[in-house]
Amino acid sequence: MEDTIFALATAQGKAGVAIVRISGSRALDVLESLGAKAPPPRGSRLTLLRDADGEILDHALTLFFAEGASFTGENVVELHLHGSVAVVRAVLRTLGNGGIARMAEPGEFTRRALMNGQLDLTQVQGLGDVIEAETEGQRKHAMRVMGGEVAERIGRWRRDLVRAIALTEATIDFADEDVPEDVSHEVRALVTKTRDAIDQELTTAGGVARLKSGFEVALIGAPNAGKSTLLNALTKSDAAIVTDVAGTTRDIVEVRLDINGLPVTLLDTAGLRETDDKVERIGVERALARATRADMRILLYEDDIPPLWPIDKHADDMIVRTKGDLSGDHDAISAHDGRGLNELLAKIGERLSCRIADTGLISTERDQIALRAALSDLDTVLANLDFDDPDLIALRLRDAATSLQGIIGGVDVEQILDEVFSSFCIGK
Amino acid sequence: MFHVKHRDFDIVIVGAGHAGTEAAHAACRMGVKVALVTFRHGDIGVMSCNPAIGGLGKGHLVREIDALDGIMGRVADKAAIQFRLLNRRKGPAVRGPRVQADRALYQAAMLAEIESTPNLSVIEGEVVDLLAEADGRITGVALADGAEIRAGATILTSGTFLRSLMHIGSEKSVGGRMGAAASIKLADRILDLGLRIGRLKTGTPPRLKANSIDFSGLERQAGDADPTLFSFLHDKPFAPQISCSITHTNAATHDVIRNNLERSAMYGGMIDGTGPRYCPSIEDKVVRFAEKDSHQIFLEPEGLTSDLIYPNGISTSLPADVQQDYVNTIKGLEKAEIVQLGYAIEYDYVDPRGLTSGLQVRGVPGLHLAGQINGTTGYEEAAAQGLVAAVNAVRSIWGEDAVHFSRSESYIGVMIDDLTTRGVTEPYRMFTSRAEYRLMLRADNADTRLTPLGAAVGCVSAERLTEFNQKHDALAAMKTRLEAVDLPAKTLRELGTDVKEDAQTRTGYDALRLQDCDVDKIIAFVPSLTADHRSLVERLQCDAIYEFYIERQIREVDMVRANEALTIPRDLQFSSIGGLSAELVSKFEAVQPETLAQAARIEGVTPAAVVNLLAAIKRDKRRAAS
Repeated sequence: MEDTIFALATAQGKAGVAIVRISGSRALDVLESLGAKAPPPRGSRLTLLRDADGEILDHALTLFFAEGASFTGENVVELHLHGSVAVVRAVLRTLGNGGIARMAEPGEFTRRALMNGQLDLTQVQGLGDVIEAETEGQRKHAMRVMGGEVAERIGRWRRDLVRAIALTEATIDFADEDVPEDVSHEVRALVTKTRDAIDQELTTAGGVARLKSGFEVALIGAPNAGKSTLLNALTKSDAAIVTDVAGTTRDIVEVRLDINGLPVTLLDTAGLRETDDKVERIGVERALARATRADMRILLYEDDIPPLWPIDKHADDMIVRTKGDLSGDHDAISAHDGRGLNELLAKIGERLSCRIADTGLISTERDQIALRAALSDLDTVLANLDFDDPDLIALRLRDAATSLQGIIGGVDVEQILDEVFSSFCIGK
Repeated sequence: MFHVKHRDFDIVIVGAGHAGTEAAHAACRMGVKVALVTFRHGDIGVMSCNPAIGGLGKGHLVREIDALDGIMGRVADKAAIQFRLLNRRKGPAVRGPRVQADRALYQAAMLAEIESTPNLSVIEGEVVDLLAEADGRITGVALADGAEIRAGATILTSGTFLRSLMHIGSEKSVGGRMGAAASIKLADRILDLGLRIGRLKTGTPPRLKANSIDFSGLERQAGDADPTLFSFLHDKPFAPQISCSITHTNAATHDVIRNNLERSAMYGGMIDGTGPRYCPSIEDKVVRFAEKDSHQIFLEPEGLTSDLIYPNGISTSLPADVQQDYVNTIKGLEKAEIVQLGYAIEYDYVDPRGLTSGLQVRGVPGLHLAGQINGTTGYEEAAAQGLVAAVNAVRSIWGEDAVHFSRSESYIGVMIDDLTTRGVTEPYRMFTSRAEYRLMLRADNADTRLTPLGAAVGCVSAERLTEFNQKHDALAAMKTRLEAVDLPAKTLRELGTDVKEDAQTRTGYDALRLQDCDVDKIIAFVPSLTADHRSLVERLQCDAIYEFYIERQIREVDMVRANEALTIPRDLQFSSIGGLSAELVSKFEAVQPETLAQAARIEGVTPAAVVNLLAAIKRDKRRAAS
């Protein structure tokens, strides 16, 4: 019996309607797990879809095509959802977590249609090309994304997982030889590192999530460095109070704006200085804490000499001199005559866009489901490392590697053996 | 000696090593007439390398051979002087039975099997040529004395005899193993078949005189108190049991080796074959693991009455004086005498990707290859191939399709698929990690997995099948019995398991799955169960332990089987399939996959290529049907 599979059948992104297609013998069970009753074959039903906790996901139109009379030849259920990215995400995640069905592989619906004789051969001719294009597109995307930091990160996961599997396999296949009896310490360290990295990837770097929640850019600097003035100039609004009394902004002012199509929240923070004023001191502490959490920091200053960074500087952070209209410094910006403002916006946009591209790797729901599956396998390994037999530990490590296959590639037994033989002197 | 023409054999087998004997016996079990040709009668059942059978992965293979009613397991049990179940304390799927075997007992038991097999003729002679018909079909072999043996199918199990060279230091000699002549003419004939050939190497340690060794200060390793036998038909050892000793190399040993590296055939650049990574020479170990100041050596007795010790762990191709020097640096071996020098051997092998899954040479009907000639190492790997080759050779003369051994059903299937799909880059040895469905392919359930298949094929005797069926029924009955027993938390705790006081009541069967479940305590608790039921309950425990873990594997297996059912027509022209890159076409042509599943496993094959191939299969089937 083949797995029941699901996937978004319409294009990703905002649209009027988004269709999720579910195919396989358990398609109706999947529908039931969303708290919905099955429509009659070839019929439709308007119904509420709920997640496992009973929360409403969407008010959707559901369609049912019975086995033998559907696109794939199997039972097929279609969920016509409201075309919101958030709704689609929530539904796909609920399906993925439900355990009844799994995310379809590229071209899998069509492939099943072919296997079950629902497509005739002339229709099949072009199918290989379509799948090729799909997988080639994914490959190119991955290659593009994997050019830099991400490639290194993925490479590390792969090396660490291969090593963890190899250590475990060595205690199984070479039990009678000069192999350390207890490798659990190193396996634990490797698996913990990998699971933390995946967790991090999932929680902080989800491209889609970022596009939704946006980025935070904190303006920091000494009192009167021109933070609030710049904020106002950039937002062309009076969202921040602008005065010439130092220490006016004691709480944090947030303004949302659109830079290069990215939602960005600008944070105007309290001026940083030693102070006896209790309220202002709290404001300074908050400013530093919030700025630390932000995605990017812009340190503003007015004088000739750039100040030291009051908090850790990250690669994307910028230091910018203000009030260029007063000093005549060509590199400085000015909120009064507008010099350098567009360039500054462009720079912010550019740097944030890079991050989207970099995290685009797991921006698809498919990749995220794969990562979550791997995470769960690795967590199980860690929870049971001390008392599970190595065959079960190896099984879960391999399952984790299989889940990551689309991203890090399959882990081959020869690579595992290579690692074993290069680490241990084996051979009687 | 035979100057008459033999025309009256169904199968002729060249070589009477582990592959040849297993092949001969299997073919005879299927009821055909078999000729087994060997240089010397005395070569039958010789263990040319270390005196041990089984191990991890390898022990699984022996169990599978036994489940198919083969002889290796039964013979090894009779010759075993020490039984050890490796990984005894780990999960049942990775427990591998292994024995130290008495060479003389092994050979005697093997000879007895071969000589008592009806329809099996042993012929002494050197095979120098293959007989072929105009269409290329192989119809038998020619011997050096001019005799011809005609048969429906020929199985070559000629080991390392293809262009083999032995090295001891800078001394070279031509030959398969010590004292055996190489079949140069036959080798030339095989090379003429146009098969792809590769070169491999392997080594052996010097053999030592037992009474020149001081065992007194050495660590001893005893066998299992409760031995696990290979054969499903056996339950206790035949020969007296002994212990082995362990010693270690030291800094002085390593100095001697390091100072003489350039005199080693391996390091003097005299050998160009690829050696196994898992069985390095002592020279290799000293160079590659320079930070280790000691390596383990198992001193394996060659037999109960033999005066020879096989020091497992120090294979070498150093010259005689260096071998003597380094051996004498080792604790216990200070005065050890070398009876036979260690040597390295390099030899040609046939790229097994040129074989079908029935181990028939593709494009050469009537010719099958099995054993080391296919790039494998190890007695067990050889024997398993012998069995597969024989079953399929017999089926080929009956006009039946080859039997498919699936990766999801047996280690035999894993090996055949690895060899024919991926080929080898070093001498191929079985490991449990090669089996992706390892939890399902256990040594303890080899009979359940394979005896019915063997019976269907006809290589399993009626007695074996009856015994299997009885055991199978007994297992099912025992499971029902245990499932009917309710064990509340209180009882489970009394039985020594670590469940919480408010834990759910479990059935006797479910209780077997608990971490610290003691089979003996369950037996003692359940009325009507006695110690006689122990092996049945233990077997059920193995099933129970993995029940929940193999769900995902079973799903995968189902998908693999669906693709295995899609056979690729033999005459399919890969180059005529649209959408395949030239690279993939050449890969498909090289491997000639037999099923869609096998095609998908070839390195570099894309999902799109699989779909295109599938479309081509469907098109072909439709055409054939119309």
